[in-house]
Amino acid sequence: MRSLNTLNIRAIEPEFFISLHPFKGTFLMNQYETVFILNPVLSDDQIRETVDKYTSSIKAAGGSIINVERWGLRKLAYPIDKKKSGFYNLVEFTAPSTVIASLELDMKRDERVLRFLTVVLDQHGVAYAAKRRDKVKNA
Amino acid sequence: MSTNLEPTGTSEIRYLQPIAIDSSVNKKYCRFKKYGIKHIDYKDPEYLLRFVNEQGKILPRRLTGTSLKYQRKLAQAIKRARHLSLMPYVADNLK
Repeated sequence: MRSLNTLNIRAIEPEFFISLHPFKGTFLMNQYETVFILNPVLSDDQIRETVDKYTSSIKAAGGSIINVERWGLRKLAYPIDKKKSGFYNLVEFTAPSTVIASLELDMKRDERVLRFLTVVLDQHGVAYAAKRRDKVKNA
Repeated sequence: MSTNLEPTGTSEIRYLQPIAIDSSVNKKYCRFKKYGIKHIDYKDPEYLLRFVNEQGKILPRRLTGTSLKYQRKLAQAIKRARHLSLMPYVADNLK
């Protein structure tokens, strides 16, 4: 029964266990990148506004934006929602892991977003992302 | 029997030696290990296209020579690219 009891304590404060680093007592920040595809019929302003909405929500939740990339209008490999092209955006950011669920829920509810994918980067991924950013900047 | 042999006898000696045909096959290798690629990017469909057949199916390790560790990462990357519609799930003439 003792083991059950410890489980219950964890269940009461899941936030505490997830967000606090076990040794340093600081927020555990991960580096993420999110690619999302926006509806191609949106105007330039609407696209900018949508991207701003997500970047500001990440910032408001305690994350910080590293890089925002607009790939622009691209042809899709297969139709999504009967659309053959989409506006690709990439956002790289660091954030506590609790941010992701709410971000993805927002995107799921947003009709302007056709598709999205959020990926955690491990150490090799972080190194690759930094290298890629330099390359894109210099190109 | 010996009466029908060629006078020089060279033809018999020739076939005792193995015929010089180059039968060496280049050994397959894992290109991720060889070139030290630690992270496979799902945002680069042109690169991932090398590991896919013309129907868009992921090629097996026994054909590409990729090590198990990177085949797993490769498969993950290709599936992510498909989800984002950067690569097709099904195709007819990719190459």
